[in-house]
Amino acid sequence: MLDGRAALKRRLPPRLLLSSIWLGLLVIMAVFAPYLAPKDPLAQDLMLGRLPPFWVKGAEPGFFLGTDSLGRDVLSRILYGSRLALMVALIAGTLTCLIGATLGLMAGYLRGWVDLLISRGIDIWMAFPPVLFSILLIAVLGPGISSIIIAIVVIDWTRFARVIRAEAMAQGAMDYVASAQVSGRGRLSTMVAEILPNVLPTIVVLLTLEMGIAVIVEAILSFVNLSISTDDPTWGGMISEGRTSIHQAWWVLVFPLITLFLTVLSFSQLGEGLKDRYDPVLR
Amino acid sequence: MSYLSIKGLSARLKGTPHRILRDVSLEVSAGEVRGLVGESGAGKSMIGKAILGTLPESVEISGSSILLDGTDLMGLSAKERRRRIGASCALIPQDPLTALNPSRRIGGQITDRLVDILGWTRADAEARARELLAEVQIPDPERVMRSYPHELSGGMRQRILIASAFAAEPKLIVADEPTTALDVTVQKQILKLIAAMQARHGTALLFVTHDLGVVSKVCQSLSVLYGGLVVEDTTVRDFFRAPAHPYSRALLAATPKYSDPDGSLTPVPEEVIRNVQAQVSAADRGVAHG
Repeated sequence: MLDGRAALKRRLPPRLLLSSIWLGLLVIMAVFAPYLAPKDPLAQDLMLGRLPPFWVKGAEPGFFLGTDSLGRDVLSRILYGSRLALMVALIAGTLTCLIGATLGLMAGYLRGWVDLLISRGIDIWMAFPPVLFSILLIAVLGPGISSIIIAIVVIDWTRFARVIRAEAMAQGAMDYVASAQVSGRGRLSTMVAEILPNVLPTIVVLLTLEMGIAVIVEAILSFVNLSISTDDPTWGGMISEGRTSIHQAWWVLVFPLITLFLTVLSFSQLGEGLKDRYDPVLR
Repeated sequence: MSYLSIKGLSARLKGTPHRILRDVSLEVSAGEVRGLVGESGAGKSMIGKAILGTLPESVEISGSSILLDGTDLMGLSAKERRRRIGASCALIPQDPLTALNPSRRIGGQITDRLVDILGWTRADAEARARELLAEVQIPDPERVMRSYPHELSGGMRQRILIASAFAAEPKLIVADEPTTALDVTVQKQILKLIAAMQARHGTALLFVTHDLGVVSKVCQSLSVLYGGLVVEDTTVRDFFRAPAHPYSRALLAATPKYSDPDGSLTPVPEEVIRNVQAQVSAADRGVAHG
């Protein structure tokens, strides 16, 4: 039995491997975009508009994935777009996680009036339609990366709080919590030292899911032209532009869409993979 | 003088008139083993929880004193109370599968109390933990200390919990149905182990159980509970020779016999239940009027 486990541990599960590879690539793309991008992502050339990707007849060398209707290089725009997407994923995901998980943990473990306050807050919060709420928020805050991040955090903390609250409640009912209290641990110290490590696997899964969601939300906001200045390349913006010329130049829509899809999928698979591998109970 | 002395302990579900404990009084002398028996829901575990301060949020206790070595726990601040209990009491929980934190190694879980409350150095505490694990007959204590709970069997975990309970040489241990979740074969070993440890360390033990056979083996005195009311408080010898309360008698008669495994089971007669319920209601009226 031990041997079986050891073998399982040595081999990296494919979902973890593949998702890490894609996300790793994405990070490299984002960080080194200025060096990797073959063209200026903003440079327009109407003479070179709607060039197809390299394997289709009529492609120009140098424009690997073709150009959009204004003659901008699709590959370079995807590369630059990954900067905003990743930044939003990391910052918004982490902030949402910190706020949501902390409130959820407090509500689930401390119970009483703390729980009452937080839970009612979640109920009220969740009654707002999220997309409208975020559009409204951006309209008030004005476009820009910090507005996107704030909008995501403000809307999505409830997702964490709900799940972590339930998890913390389940853990709080276990005998080991009572044992810890009998051996003199205070409430706060029990929460941090005993409960938190046991909800951490769930937090990690939620965090990676949230990063994927943040990428989608950013794309949605870009799609409706509410994220950052319209010139800057964003995946959502590209999808929105590509939509108008789908019959003449499908590649303008399809490539950013594939990138977006792979990224969101990778985030969720990364979380599940990490949980499978590092949860001491499953391990 | 008794080490633990509970006087008039009552508990109710918050916001309801439903009482879980009704004016419970009981004493445990230093080094004594007292059994606490009753049906499911009689409130026997609640008493243990009330002493140790681990009652659920939804239960409130009222109008009572819990004297531990002469100090009333009810009069202390939460922090002081926790420190006092941590230094002098311990718990052997019911379910060894959930009583160890799954994401922490065994070693730390045994030494926590020694380091946090008694101020030992980590090295001393670890040496003590190894010693205790050997005392509860765990092979290779060194390896077990580094293990996670899920790597060990239920019986092993219960041994660890017993070792952990005795770690700080407490004066009182509450054992909350410590054998209920175990296999029958393991139960006997664990029971023997608890009895042996108790005798060696001279710890007072409050043994919560529904198994009168267990009581006859390990306890010196016992309290019989029904509906949160102590209906009989006696020594084990007197109880098995001549139980005073009709409910106790019925309970004893209802115990399945090893000598007659095919014999039909004797339920507690309805009349006895009616009478004891009447007694419970009378206790409630007593509170209402007086």
